[in-house]
Amino acid sequence: MNTSVQPALGRPAREANGVEVGKTPKAASMSKIEVSSLNFYYGAKQALYAISLKIPEKKVTALIGPSGCGKSTFLRTLNRMQETVRRTRVEGEVLLDGQDIFSLDVTAVRRRVGMVFQKSNPFPKTIFENVAYGARVNGLAGRGRAGIREVVEKSLRRAALWDEVKDALHKSAYALSGGQQQRLCIARALTVDPEVLLLDEPCSALDPIATSKIEELLFDLKEVCTIIIVTHNMQQAARVADNTGFFLLGKLIEFDETRVIFRKPAKKETEDYITGRFG
Amino acid sequence: MYSHYSRKITNFLMFSLTGICAVAAVSVLFFILGYLVYYGGRSLSWSFLTKLPTPVGETGGGMANAIVGSAELLGLAAVIGIPIGFIGGIYLAEFGGRTFPFVVRYTADLLNGVPSIVMGIFAYTVVVLPLHHFSALAGGLALGVMLIPIVLRTTEEFLRAVPDSLREGALALGASKWKAVATIVIPAGFRGIATGMMLSLARVAGETAPLIFTSFGNRFWSHGLNEPTASLPVMIYTYAISAYDDWHRQAWAAGLVLLALVLIANVGAKLVLSRGPSPAR
Repeated sequence: MNTSVQPALGRPAREANGVEVGKTPKAASMSKIEVSSLNFYYGAKQALYAISLKIPEKKVTALIGPSGCGKSTFLRTLNRMQETVRRTRVEGEVLLDGQDIFSLDVTAVRRRVGMVFQKSNPFPKTIFENVAYGARVNGLAGRGRAGIREVVEKSLRRAALWDEVKDALHKSAYALSGGQQQRLCIARALTVDPEVLLLDEPCSALDPIATSKIEELLFDLKEVCTIIIVTHNMQQAARVADNTGFFLLGKLIEFDETRVIFRKPAKKETEDYITGRFG
Repeated sequence: MYSHYSRKITNFLMFSLTGICAVAAVSVLFFILGYLVYYGGRSLSWSFLTKLPTPVGETGGGMANAIVGSAELLGLAAVIGIPIGFIGGIYLAEFGGRTFPFVVRYTADLLNGVPSIVMGIFAYTVVVLPLHHFSALAGGLALGVMLIPIVLRTTEEFLRAVPDSLREGALALGASKWKAVATIVIPAGFRGIATGMMLSLARVAGETAPLIFTSFGNRFWSHGLNEPTASLPVMIYTYAISAYDDWHRQAWAAGLVLLALVLIANVGAKLVLSRGPSPAR
């Protein structure tokens, strides 16, 4: 298994935008998602410029950068959630296991690429129903009540929440603490066995203890799926991620192994950001 | 000069003024309620609720036909107005583009402002005139058309109040747009929507003008929706402007019954709907 990931080779569009590509790839990696020349527009305003990268399978990839740099926008294109915003436009290619996600059925893409949002968003239902929803939407209801229960338990266990809620499954999800709600949302996303899990600043509203629980969880989850996490917290990226990408003003400045990004970044912008000179 | 002292006085005066106006608003309601209970309560009896009106000069009798008639009219209005308003409201909140929903919203607000007697004339023209007789159907249509804009706008408002994060949560799990709306958004907003529907029904329950020349009135039981039908508001109107003391008393009692039914429906709906986790975040 290959651990190193390199940015895709530069294309004319990238060079036109003044972004060069660092080193040449060390080796072909097992990439789960391959993005090439991705441009994104909100109306007339361009938010992403020629993003190209390869996300390796069953690794944690962190995306860092200052607010408004496009990392969340980028994340949301990977499961086509950006389509829910009006007047947006995407150019370029996103390949999931070699298939272009824009030519697949959108609900199928989202089943394979799950998402956890910045603000936990449990449904106004019970804890059980929240997790069961993912299973029901995806036609697992045919397994019957016992089958659904099994999926719910398995997902809650994988989200390390089962022991805390097993006696309160029929209580409102809103009775849970913020960290528990976020893990509930992770459990809900896991019911459909996503191949990729996108996390958009999942810990930004959580205290350090709840945060560390979620980080521990990511270590376990990468055994089963590919994880991409957007974070404002560079320590978090350093702790959890195998690879890290640095975004600035809608461009992917650098993408490499986390230890390279944090110890010997190739780009000055990356170094400035990491060392806290701006952002 | 704007001393500390004068500031305090202004503060006190404005605070008192707002308090007085708030008390005045509430006391009007209690005054009406008290008056209704005082005058209506004396004429209210079991036979008032269960018997037909008696001929002039004969005392006793009741308004059973008008109570049932009002229920029939409201039922018809609900069947006509609520589905159209509800489903249209879903479209406006969840699926609309820009121009068309704007036109619909604007038209609905205009429709909401149309005087109720004009709704009566409309129902008179499209139902009563072609059929050559008054009927519950015509009255139900007039009330139902009045319901449409209210239900449409409340549905839209309450669906819009559902946080987008819930929509995104459902969509991100691979739910289709309709599935997300039907299984997450509508249930999350349902309590507000249902309350809005109850309030709109309560509002049209007291409408008199649209019924005078549509369902008209009836001293007896009506045999079907195609016949003139008695209703509480029209009965109150007829009895209140009559020359007989006994009828005046019965008008008060009818007013009390109408108000009580509306209150019971409202409070009941609130109680039933106040269960389960709240989507308010």
